[in-house]
Amino acid sequence: MHDEFLDQLKNLQSTFMNMGINVSEQIYQASSTFMNHDKSQAKLIVSDDSQVNTEEVDLEKEALNLIALQQPVAAYFRQIICILKASSDLERIGDHASSIAQETLRMKKKQKLPDVDAIISKMTLKIREMLEATLDAYLHENESAAKLIAQDDLTIDKYFVECRNLIIAEIEKDTKKIPSAASYLLVVRLLERIGDHIVNLDEWVVYNHSGKLVELNPGKIEPDLIKNELKTEKEEVDDNAVENPNSVDSPSK
Amino acid sequence: MTDKVITSENVRLYYGEKEALHGVNLDFKKNEITALIGPSGSGKSTYLRCLNRINDLIPEVTVTGSIKMDKQDIYAPNVDITELRKRVGMVFQQPNPFPFSVYENVAYGVKLAGRSKVSKAEMDKIVEDSLKKAAVWDEVKDNLNDSALSFSGGQQQRICIARVLAVKPEIILLDEPTSALDPISSYAIENTLLSIKKDYTIIIVTHNMQQASRISDQTAFLLDGKLVEAGPTKEIFINPKEKETNDYLNGKFG
Repeated sequence: MHDEFLDQLKNLQSTFMNMGINVSEQIYQASSTFMNHDKSQAKLIVSDDSQVNTEEVDLEKEALNLIALQQPVAAYFRQIICILKASSDLERIGDHASSIAQETLRMKKKQKLPDVDAIISKMTLKIREMLEATLDAYLHENESAAKLIAQDDLTIDKYFVECRNLIIAEIEKDTKKIPSAASYLLVVRLLERIGDHIVNLDEWVVYNHSGKLVELNPGKIEPDLIKNELKTEKEEVDDNAVENPNSVDSPSK
Repeated sequence: MTDKVITSENVRLYYGEKEALHGVNLDFKKNEITALIGPSGSGKSTYLRCLNRINDLIPEVTVTGSIKMDKQDIYAPNVDITELRKRVGMVFQQPNPFPFSVYENVAYGVKLAGRSKVSKAEMDKIVEDSLKKAAVWDEVKDNLNDSALSFSGGQQQRICIARVLAVKPEIILLDEPTSALDPISSYAIENTLLSIKKDYTIIIVTHNMQQASRISDQTAFLLDGKLVEAGPTKEIFINPKEKETNDYLNGKFG
């Protein structure tokens, strides 16, 4: 391949990395905005998201040009396809962050659910760790690291189920909290979806390195995994209190 | 599993003292197109020419190792070379029709093969069928008595393919058959190869990577007289095992 192609590919890679770092920052901003109920910051995030979308379209154009004009194959082909597909996931993560900010704008009263906020904070931290580790795995073409990171999505799924149970319990106590509970539910769901998109990114890291299309999402590989894990945890806690642990409802119901 | 029509083991070829092929192990499967790729001087054409013993025509060439066609060693002393070349037809880079009519070109091999009892009607049918298979019939059917040289390069090349097909070979070797042709003629030849592969085993040397990826089932990459890697075309073009293959496919050297 010409040096010019290699330069263009390097540019593509660094644009992609920058996009990833920006998206990670977007997640942080969005969820802290939500937790702090900072409406002016939320407006900023929503308007910044169109910037990420434009970046993604430019990246796609560049990648498609390289494929059509330079016709790379083998490793170079995989590298470009990886960026093309992974950038869609990044763009979608950015959309979700923007939707979280929009929920901040939608929440009218300060009906905070501090217990849920605490988990959202942990969830956000974990998601950003996963995203940044994934970008690192992409940069170093580290397939085994990508596979390990994907496993962490189970933690995100657990946080989600925990939050959902807490939110439902809050509604049962006080129906006036329904509007904010709806926002909370949506936000934790969006964070959970961001986790899934990060797993997709890990799958593209694997493709880039080995040419293999794999499913790394632990929840998709084994749908009952999270239910069973939460059940086990609950059983351990309730072991002394409940005579028949089998009668305990699954927390994910 | 597809049958192996040709198996070659440790094929070495010497021009005098100089070793040009350094022990090639490669098999070819029935009814598949195998592309041989590699830079100039990598030995791909030299290797191809071992498969119908055309290298025998060069005095100082020696071939060692084994090449078996249906388990029979084609370099065994009792092999009839004319018989072998009837089974293994060849098409070259430059279209090389004889300076006869289209009809005589296609009929030539059949006559040479000594089928003297072929009647005019039978020969007409062989010529028509072969030209049809080579996807050039519609373009030449009204001018069968015109000189083959009066047609375009792409048509001439397909007439040459028809000439090979008329002898009913099992294997067709093509040495860069489209490198002298424009894209439209190249596509026509590629279409022809795809449409006839169900009845033949095709081995094609090509410098055109896109051509190899478009039409071949298997790809073998040679470099400096050695086979670097061979395998299903999809694997070679998406996830080759060797860095040298990746570099060559992307035009990094050669």
